[in-house]
Amino acid sequence: MVKNFGEFLLFIQSMVTRTERLKTLWQRTLEESVIIGFDSVFIVAIVSAFIGAVTCVQISYNLVSPLIPKSTIGFMVREMTILELAPTITSIVLAGKVGSSIAGGLGTMRITEQVAALEVMGINSASYLVLPRIVAAILMFPLLVILAMALSILGGYLAGTLTGAISAQEYIEGLRTDFIPYNIAFALIKSVVFAFLVSAISSYKGYFTTGGALEVGAASTGAVNNSIIAILIADFVLAALLL
Amino acid sequence: MIEIHNVQKSFNGNQVLKGITCTFETGKCNLLLGGSGTGKSVLLQCIVGLMQPDIGSITYDGSVFTNNKVQIRQEIRRKIGMLFQGSALFDSMTVYENIEFPLKMLTPEMTKEERRDRVEFCLKRVGLENAGNKMPAEISGGMKKRVGIARAIAPNCTYLFCDEPNSGLDPLTSLKIDELIHEITHEYNITTAIITHDMNSVIEIGDHIIFLHKGQKLWDGTKEEILNAQVPELKEFIFSSSLVRAAKKVDDESEGGLAAITEGESTSA
Repeated sequence: MVKNFGEFLLFIQSMVTRTERLKTLWQRTLEESVIIGFDSVFIVAIVSAFIGAVTCVQISYNLVSPLIPKSTIGFMVREMTILELAPTITSIVLAGKVGSSIAGGLGTMRITEQVAALEVMGINSASYLVLPRIVAAILMFPLLVILAMALSILGGYLAGTLTGAISAQEYIEGLRTDFIPYNIAFALIKSVVFAFLVSAISSYKGYFTTGGALEVGAASTGAVNNSIIAILIADFVLAALLL
Repeated sequence: MIEIHNVQKSFNGNQVLKGITCTFETGKCNLLLGGSGTGKSVLLQCIVGLMQPDIGSITYDGSVFTNNKVQIRQEIRRKIGMLFQGSALFDSMTVYENIEFPLKMLTPEMTKEERRDRVEFCLKRVGLENAGNKMPAEISGGMKKRVGIARAIAPNCTYLFCDEPNSGLDPLTSLKIDELIHEITHEYNITTAIITHDMNSVIEIGDHIIFLHKGQKLWDGTKEEILNAQVPELKEFIFSSSLVRAAKKVDDESEGGLAAITEGESTSA
């Protein structure tokens, strides 16, 4: 494990030393941003809207005391969504979608000698292939998390009002109660850290794939597993440090 | 010219290359011949820098490649073109973009029009004028090899390396690929090194042949000399093919007939 971590650090170092031209890297980053960001909007939207909806319905089911105002449901949906569900669940979903895609793509490039072809041309393959993916993930994850926050709250609103669990006025009142802007900043910091972990771990797994198609599949699975574990550990560490 | 001196390479205590010393001459098709597992691919990977030899040196036209500064290795690498066994085309790019890619990356001073002219020239040179818009998945194995050659020569490479250019191809397509590599080598006076275990290639384009066996160089010479070489391992390798055995028999009976055949083929190529 220590050896793997050392290799991972060397891999990150090789990416930032002897980089390709900035224009090329920027162009590659934009291409990867479309794949990582734009292509993930649909799945993030669906997951976050339903998570918001389910959160709202389940809180209303548990809040039966007449002493607790109904607006608490809106308040709790907001807090849970911003602090935990939007950044963490979105990142876990993206670890599955983006992480497996990065590891699978790089692994296939490795076993079909496309990485070797870049190296023979004198191109730093780690810098050309991996750096833009990491930068794109760092740029796109926070935007997707913001989208997830908005859609979760909207999902909670629709679920609450359509099922009659809470009125629109009460829900909005709950959303506006005791709002702490720092929580948004905290969620975005988390999303940046998760973005780095997912993209770097998946790239490492894919870049060093050896063997054939079976190993590419194993690299993708390993990338998703390790990314999710890293997200959960980082989630705890960041909460302990920053809250 | 590429000079290889005492190159040794081991993996987990298993010595794959046991002190190879040889020279790849400029303007010639230098063939690395040998059976499977003799260390041909490992040697090629050491030469192009994908692997680091444990001991030994590799020199490109006087510039030492092994253990040199990254910048110098980078400069040498930018003069290298390589055709991989599986072609290694970038599958997210079209044929045109694959050939344009090294130009974009290695010669940023070129304008878009200059790049387009060069790509069209390379496509024409390998006989694929109309395939520019196709994706690698849409073309045949032989066409992929041609695109690989076009990509390798696009940035005016000085050294061309081909890893089993005929693998997976039918004999006719193999012949065409061999001829193309041979023509390009002589036309642009480049140093070409080809890994092969195909005797047809040896007879067709083997200007200079190096025979490897169990990680050692056992013989080197020309295609005219190879049939009469007195190295048992080489003889066993060459005459494992019934076609070559039959040709040799005819050669012996007609006193030099086979030499005339190889000479004739090289003239026609």
